[in-house]
Amino acid sequence: MAHHRWLALLALALALAGPAAAQTLRIGILGPMAFVQGEHTWHGATLAAEELNRAGGIAVGNQRYRIELVRVDTNEMTSVTDAATAVERAITAQRVDFLVGGFRSEAVLAMTEVAADYRKVYLITGAALDGILAGRVDRNYDRFKYLFRVSPTKSSDLARTSLLLLGEVIQAVRRDLRVERPKVAILAERAAWADPLVETASRLIAAPAPQGYASEVVGTWRPSATATDVTPELTAIQRAGAQVIFTVLSGPVGVPFGRDWGRLKIPAAPVGINVEAQQETWLKATDNLGAYVATLNTLAPSVAITPKTIPFIANFQARFRQFPIYTASGAYAALYILADALQRAGTTAADAVVRALEATDYVGPSGRLVFDRTHDVTWGPGYTTGLGVQWIEGRMQAFWPRQWRVGNQVVSYAGVRPYQLPPWVVEAWRR
Amino acid sequence: MLAAILVNGLVLSGIYGMLALGFALTYGVARILNLAHTAFYMAAAYALFFFLGLLGFAPAALLSALLVLGLALLAYWLLLEPLKEYEATVLIVTIVLALLLQEGILLLFGGHFRSVPALLPGFLEVLGVRVAQQALLALFFAGLVLLLAWALLKGTRLGLGIRAAAQDQEAAELLGISLSRAGYWAVGLGALLAALAGLAVAPMATLEPHMWNAPLLVVLAAVVLGGLGSLPGALLGAVILAFAEVLVVNLLPGGAFLRTAVALLILVLVLVLRPEGLFGAAFAEER
Repeated sequence: MAHHRWLALLALALALAGPAAAQTLRIGILGPMAFVQGEHTWHGATLAAEELNRAGGIAVGNQRYRIELVRVDTNEMTSVTDAATAVERAITAQRVDFLVGGFRSEAVLAMTEVAADYRKVYLITGAALDGILAGRVDRNYDRFKYLFRVSPTKSSDLARTSLLLLGEVIQAVRRDLRVERPKVAILAERAAWADPLVETASRLIAAPAPQGYASEVVGTWRPSATATDVTPELTAIQRAGAQVIFTVLSGPVGVPFGRDWGRLKIPAAPVGINVEAQQETWLKATDNLGAYVATLNTLAPSVAITPKTIPFIANFQARFRQFPIYTASGAYAALYILADALQRAGTTAADAVVRALEATDYVGPSGRLVFDRTHDVTWGPGYTTGLGVQWIEGRMQAFWPRQWRVGNQVVSYAGVRPYQLPPWVVEAWRR
Repeated sequence: MLAAILVNGLVLSGIYGMLALGFALTYGVARILNLAHTAFYMAAAYALFFFLGLLGFAPAALLSALLVLGLALLAYWLLLEPLKEYEATVLIVTIVLALLLQEGILLLFGGHFRSVPALLPGFLEVLGVRVAQQALLALFFAGLVLLLAWALLKGTRLGLGIRAAAQDQEAAELLGISLSRAGYWAVGLGALLAALAGLAVAPMATLEPHMWNAPLLVVLAAVVLGGLGSLPGALLGAVILAFAEVLVVNLLPGGAFLRTAVALLILVLVLVLRPEGLFGAAFAEER
């Protein structure tokens, strides 16, 4: 009799434990973890994993999975080889089921080769180079179909957006300074991704309206991406009489640029891409001299791109005491997209998950995410656009898209304010 | 444009000059090609950044300089002096030291870009060119430091001892000069110059764990250009390279990224025409 009672209890315990003992999905989060880009990839993924687990995990078929994140430091800032090795180790030794992250395009190219070798689904959240997907997924689908890019939008789309931002500033110069034909200096770091942008910008700036900006290019300066001093460049730009500086900077040179520009009060308004100015540490890094700098960005405080933007920013800030950069919102969205695809696929088998991912239509914190035929995130009105932000009164404020007209569509996000020319630029040029 | 080249070139010369003099001193006297020289410069900048969070500028700067000095002397005592005879080993040890410092800083401060607030904010117009007041301060400081170093080497018994030890080690030893002590002084002075350059540059530069790479290349080029080990040569080399960089940016804006490459090209050309460097003939006498 006593035996029976024990057996019954055991059976009851097993019955209770059965559904609760969910399986785990191991997701490798890739990034340079000593740097803000990797750190935020990890934070964004952590936030999503916690939310998904709290909601009971992911239902795949009739099985429930809890998410377990595996932190994979790729050391990709210094070594592409290290990055590829880290991915290989994550797959073979740490037994991850899926991959999310990556930041430097050169490193991600190597990392995606490894992922493709092992047929692991890899959602990229940091690198922008078009060629990571274009020319690979479309031309060699069977090998590269496992790769998707959640963020950022690809280089050529970043170029389109940054040129739209330049248009806003040229308009402000015309309107506020009454300069008929504004002069623009191009300051672009020496890097492959910047070359087409310089070429397109030069053409568009000089071309007559409505296709072009009917302005003048006074020169193109190409410092190294790691230059620590751009004073000679800025002195020359000032001498050239520019009212606007179109920046194409992703490397550390963005910081000395902002600091020297602010310190010397160069009378030309900077706009374009400056990755360093996208981070909340910008003013501190530039000794508060980077005020009025404008750059393309993904998120800005109090700007609701979608209904999920503000809650995401608030939760992220409450949890990590920092403002999220794009790798954070990218990794956060990537986990939800993956969870959604797994649920729809009803299996964790890679090929079925790929097909489900291809059918993704997900509204994340930074826009609506739909993959195109190269598995790249779709750019444009109604999808993901990016933001134009400017540093005003000690904080990052968005100035674009604001009454952005595309055909019959007008795109505006709540919380976007007009662009402001730096006061010393106004003082120097107002007629 | 001439004014811009002159003013910007002069400011850059001051900083390169301080770094190159310290490097040349360490080599000229202690015979150590110290590839960790600009890593000491970086360490001083980071130390200043750290101590400024706790102290005022003057004590923070003093503490940073002393810290780097201590670090350099410790490294010399522990690693470099025992290996001094093996030049290749010393080279490798110093590069390892630099990488250790880089990794240590990455561990302590992360890969974020840091900045030190300027002592003198704002700018002045010099010959119609906008120059940051901080840059002028750095130039003045560099001039002062170089003059003091010169006075120390030329006008004191200590300086005489250091130069004698460098000129003929056996004769100096016979005269009762401790070669080991002269080595310590030279290494200490060299590191101190690197630290002072770091302190001067910190309020104008971006602090990041790889910030020692670019100046190391320029410093190596400057001392080789001037004649390895020659102190006036190192200074002249620094000035030439600084002006070459500024000239490239002003005359060839689309090739501004080539500034260091062009400076190195000048170095190669000089070496082809005059392999001993500009001050090579005076080399033995100078040391």
